[in-house]
Parts: sequence; C-alpha cells; structure tokens
Amino acid sequence: MEASKASQSALYAKHIPIFTRSVKGKYRNFKTAVMIVAYSVYFLLPWMPWERASSASQALLFDLSTRRFFIFDLIVYPQDIFWLAMLLFIAAALLFFATGLIGRAWCGYFCFQTLWTDLFIMVEKAIQGERPARLRLYKQPWNAEKILKIGSSHFLMLLISFWTAFTFAAYFNYAPDFLVNLFTGHAADAAYITVAALTVTTYVAAGLLRENICTLACPYARFQGVMYEPDTLAVSYDAKRGEGLAGRTLPIAGLKTREERQAKGHGDCIDCGFCVQVCPTGIDIRNGLQYQCISCGLCIDACNNIMDSVGYPRGLIRYDSEKNLADATPHAPRLEWKRLKVLGYAIAIVVMTGTLFYNIGTRTNVEVSVQQVRQPMFIMLSDGSFRNRYQIHIVNKTEHDETYHISVSGIPADALDMGNIPQVHVRAGKDLTVNAKVNLEHELAERTKTFNFVIQPQTAGAETITLPTNFNSK
Amino acid sequence: MSQDKIKTPTTTGHVWDDDLQELTNPLPNWWVWGFYITFVFTIVYWLFYPAWPIGHTYTKGIPGWNSITYTATTVDGKEVEKTTHWNMRSKFMHEMNEQQAEQKKWFDKVAGSSYEDVSKDADLMQFVNSAGKTLFSDNCAPCHQSGGQGKVGFSPNLTDDHWQYGGTYDQIHTTIVGGRRGYMPPFKEVLNDQQITQLANYVLSLSGEPHDETAAAAGANIFKGDSAACYYCHGADAKGRIELGSANLTDKIWLWADVPAAKDATAKLDAVKHVISGGLDRGVMPNWDHRLKPEQIKLLTVYVHDSLGGGK
Repeated sequence: MEASKASQSALYAKHIPIFTRSVKGKYRNFKTAVMIVAYSVYFLLPWMPWERASSASQALLFDLSTRRFFIFDLIVYPQDIFWLAMLLFIAAALLFFATGLIGRAWCGYFCFQTLWTDLFIMVEKAIQGERPARLRLYKQPWNAEKILKIGSSHFLMLLISFWTAFTFAAYFNYAPDFLVNLFTGHAADAAYITVAALTVTTYVAAGLLRENICTLACPYARFQGVMYEPDTLAVSYDAKRGEGLAGRTLPIAGLKTREERQAKGHGDCIDCGFCVQVCPTGIDIRNGLQYQCISCGLCIDACNNIMDSVGYPRGLIRYDSEKNLADATPHAPRLEWKRLKVLGYAIAIVVMTGTLFYNIGTRTNVEVSVQQVRQPMFIMLSDGSFRNRYQIHIVNKTEHDETYHISVSGIPADALDMGNIPQVHVRAGKDLTVNAKVNLEHELAERTKTFNFVIQPQTAGAETITLPTNFNSK
Repeated sequence: MSQDKIKTPTTTGHVWDDDLQELTNPLPNWWVWGFYITFVFTIVYWLFYPAWPIGHTYTKGIPGWNSITYTATTVDGKEVEKTTHWNMRSKFMHEMNEQQAEQKKWFDKVAGSSYEDVSKDADLMQFVNSAGKTLFSDNCAPCHQSGGQGKVGFSPNLTDDHWQYGGTYDQIHTTIVGGRRGYMPPFKEVLNDQQITQLANYVLSLSGEPHDETAAAAGANIFKGDSAACYYCHGADAKGRIELGSANLTDKIWLWADVPAAKDATAKLDAVKHVISGGLDRGVMPNWDHRLKPEQIKLLTVYVHDSLGGGK
C-alpha cells in the first residue's frame, strides 16, 4: 500500500500553490486600467437604457425568443449570422497580428481568465494580506483565523462569480425584470442553468485553477507560441547583463555597486527573487522564454523597482526581441512591424473590418425571397394559358409595422394574382409568407423566361426591392 | 522520477510457476469513487422512478416529485389523461399537447371566420398554407399528388382553373365532405368503331387538337343525337355540367384521356377513343365527413381554393 502510493505519486509533480506579491509599476497600472474599463463595460452595459419601439429599452439585448439581437440602433437577425463569422475572423486576425508583434498581449492584459484571476488575487490580498501573510496562513493549521479568512475570501469570490454569471445572462433578458425574476423563481430554466454553470466555472477557473487554465487547458496559449518570431517583442530577461561572466549573486559586502560587481565578473541581477514572487504563473523569467509566460509584464515592474532602489539602470527585464538580445551590439527595443506576416495580418484586419462595416451600413430594411412552387412546375389552364405559383417571404426588419405592395414588371401587370391579399401587412420585426400566382397567355408564356417581382414598402422614401424570377412553361 | 522511493510491493503471498505473484495494489481512486457514486445514484433513482417490485405492484417513486401528465387519444378515439413518471415519451406527449393547444387557437380562428375573411387575412393564410399542406399530404396526396397536381387518367388537377364539381368554397366543401363518384358508361356496345372514331375526332376538334374535319362533323351529329346522347351529360355546348361532374370537352384540360402527352395525332385519337369505348368507373373520391374534424375540412377547403390556386 505505502509502496504503491509512493510509486504512483512520483509520476506527477506536486502542485505548488502560487502566492503572488503585489507590485507597482507602469504595467501594473496598465493592467488595472484595462480591468476597470473592461469591468465597467461588462457589468454596466446590460443596465444601459436605450429607447426602442419594438422591444425592451436595453442598449444591448440578445433576444433569443424573438431571434433578434439589439445592439444599440442595430438589429441583427439570424440571417445576418455571417457578420458573426466576419467578427470572429477579425478577432482571430487581430490576435495573430498582436502576437506576432508584441507576443501574448491578449493573455497578459485582456483575457478574461487573467482579469478574473487578477481580481480574485486582489480579493485574497485584501482579506488575507500580502504574500508573506498568505504563505503563513497557508502553512498554519486550520484554526478559527484561517477558516474565517480563507472562507470569507472564497465566499466573496463566489459572490463575484455569481454576479459575473448574472450579468452574462442579463444580456439575454431585460435586466431589471430579470434580476427580480431570478430571485423570485420566475426566470426560465435556461437562465438558472446558465447562471449556475457560469458561477461554478468562473469560481473554479479563476478562484481555484488559475494559472492551470493557461498552462493545461487553454489552446490559445499554446498556439500563440508558434506565432513568435525572432523579431517579436517578448518579456525577456537580459541574461548577458544580468549574469555577467560569473553569474548572478546577492549584493553582499564588496558587491554592492555596479563597478565592484563588474570588476568581479558578476552581472546586475541581485537574485532578489521578486520577479518570481510577482509572477501569476509562478515561473522564473530568468530561465528564458517559457510556454507558461502569459506576458503580463509584472516581473518587469518588480525588477525595475529593485533596479531603482539599488541604483542600477532599469530594463534588466524588459520587452525585447530574441534577435536583439542575441545581437552583439543591441539597439533599444523597438516594434519591428515591417514584416510580411505582420503587414499581411494588418491588411486582413483592415479588409475584413471594412467589409463588415460596409455590409452593416448597406443592410436593407426588408428582406424578400421568392420561392417557386415546384409541384407542379407549371400549370396549363383551360384556355391554354400557363400559370406559375410562388411563395413570397417578406421579413420586416424595421422598428415599425409596414405594408408592402407587390407587383410585377417585364410582363403585363394583370398577370399577377395575389388572391384576396393585394397588400401585405407585416408587423415590426416579423415575417410573413404569401401566395402569388402568375398567369401568362400561351404565346407570351412560351416567350417569357424571367420577370421581376417588385416589392414596394408603403412608407415614404423606403427602397423598392426588385427580384428577378423564373417563369416555366415547359 | 526517483527509483529509490519505490519499495517492494506487497503481494497476496501466492506464487505460481516459480516467480509469478499477484500484487495487492489498491484500485485507482477515481474508480473507487465512481463506484460509490453509483450507489448514491441508485438511491436517488429509487426516489424518482419505478424501481422495486412488490407482489403484483411496484414502488412508483415519491408521488409528485417526478410526474408528468399528458392527454392521449386511444385507438377507439377516446381522450384519456395519463400521469406517469418522467420519461422521454411522456415528455414528448406533454409537449405535443402544448403545441396542439397553441395550434387550436389558429384552427378556432379559421372555424370562426368566413371563407372570404380567412383568404383576406395574410396571417391566417400563412397558417392555412402550413397546416393545409400537412393535412393535404396526410389525406389527399395519395391520389391528388403532393402538390395537388393530380394525375391524368387517375385524379383531377386541383391547381388549374377547371372544376368538374365546381370551384367555389361551398362546392369544394361539399366535395370534401361527401366525396364524389365519376362515371361514364362504355359506348362500345352502342356505337361501332367508325362511329367512335368520328366522335373522338369531334371531341378533339372541340379543344382545337388535330382532327379529321369530315369525321368530326359526323361525330358532332352522334354527340347531339339520341343513340349515344353524349349531350345529356356533357351538355349541348360540351362544356360539362357541374351537378354531374361531367368533363368540359372544349378546354385544354384533359383528365382521363392523356391527350397532351400523346406523341402524334393518331395517339391522341386513340386516347380519346379508349375513353369513349370503355367508359370509366374509376373517378371515386371517398367522403371525409367523419375522418376529419369540421375545422380541418374548412381549412382544407381554403387550402384547395386559395393555396393550391384553383378557385376560379
């Protein structure tokens, strides 16, 4: 029993919990700024009112029941799904572009895993204290203090997770009503399932698993690695400067100033270990570029603070390219954007963004499709004339009820028979299918291969839709 | 991985074939816990589902915890309400009940409006199109084909403008409710082959098909004469009589003799001659009075009149 346990556990490295030290600096400030902006947008947007005629007054509302997405004044219908495809393409190209240029900027500053982990670490720091206090708490036996501090921080994380999940679901419902319904048991089953699932996943991913999501679960983390090029700016430790010839060493007596250290062959790194202590994935950046590195820049802040305090120049750890670091006469780090790959991605982003905006800008307020009834393909009437039948599907994408007048061009106007429905009334955001018959006298039918359906919305200034259609007589 | 941490494993103590031993390694934890969870699952299952047999009955789970109620129609047409433990079939039936209740609102609207009012309401007509297509496919399509186009020599085309029994809403309704029986006596015993050829030429001439003028003139006399008395059913103008369902012989539409598909004048003549000499007793449409509900028949009437596009 004992033996087997020993042999089993030897297969896995024991997981070492990470207690990050907080740090001040420009990258920390940037991360905090991104966090404030992202959270403000995410948590407040569902509460933003927006006057709307045909639906709830919510600026961003993904209404699944009527299959309409309201994005401010834009209404997206299921048939606009290719906008989503283009948006995803743009997002992907943007990720490739940024990664080729400055490495995993997405991971370090914008990814929601990073943001929520950051927030939860802040919660831990606020309740349990700075890194040494948290380490002490971790090592001490379970007593009242430990239970209270760990328990309350996890309770707070769960609350934040719940509000995160609620906010997500609020994008799909009218938020003020939804909040009430959720707590009074009147919300839909799907809403409870969504909120429960997202609460659990947020808490587990950002509260418990943390860096393991990035290192073990996330595919983007891994495939961004292959987008690095020698010219890509990455968070790097300047080993030549830090190690010198005799390696890094503590600033003991006789090795305090740069001159003393350089005389003895030691580099600028005083081996304080702060860069390791602040790292959210628990790596040592001095071992070089590693797949765990999410490129958050906190070790840069930590090292710069130390360099300032010992009076050495900043930038022992900095954003720099592999190529420049290896260079005998390195220049100041700079963006190397004049590269085929970077420019290619940039062009792809510009073209796709332009196409998307052009598509959205030129969208029509009505969508009409004509389907020919194919059973039978054509009908011969008693006087020898031919009849074709069609089903006309009209989607009213406007915010008001609309009446459409349907006529034909290219054939006599009286060839069209709309039955008892001469004008089609379609409510705002709804669609309707109507029958249409077209009768052509024998000779004319044999000469006619195509004609047009003309759909004229009755609102003044609305655009007329002309749809070329086939006519069959054999 | 450090080898020195591995101690000698414990065995059951048995040795076979000199050196073959059985280790007593514990089962993996994930397996053991999975096994325990199945016990918990079993107990939860007993509470929710039928489980233990007790004599002639069985435990049904805690009442009200997991039940689902639905209404079903039995084979002999009775509506019964059933309450059972949750399962996919009863869930399906329950959802079907809900959908039927939703559909009934539309059927009620159709039943409560006049034919003309239904045909003027675009929303109702959309319902007629979809519900009518289902009803038509289930009940009418075997003869009239899925699009209502019929089949020459078998069933009338419901998409054209010719209606043997009349094409108004009321006439279509009467046809669906009561069914129809088309009949034409065989004339081969009354008329000789030459007369039948003359008559067929006359019938072709009425629709402007290729024919022999002399024979057609002779045929006209037979048509109007009392030996064959064709005019009795088809009318003196040969345009048919709605009350009898007799065919209009002057239009371009053929139901029994497949003239449009015949490849030449002889074949067309033969097609018509075949109908005259043999007559027909096949034009049978069953009645739908008790097979469909009144609101279904009403909806089908509008579907045939407006969606299939006959009517006028």
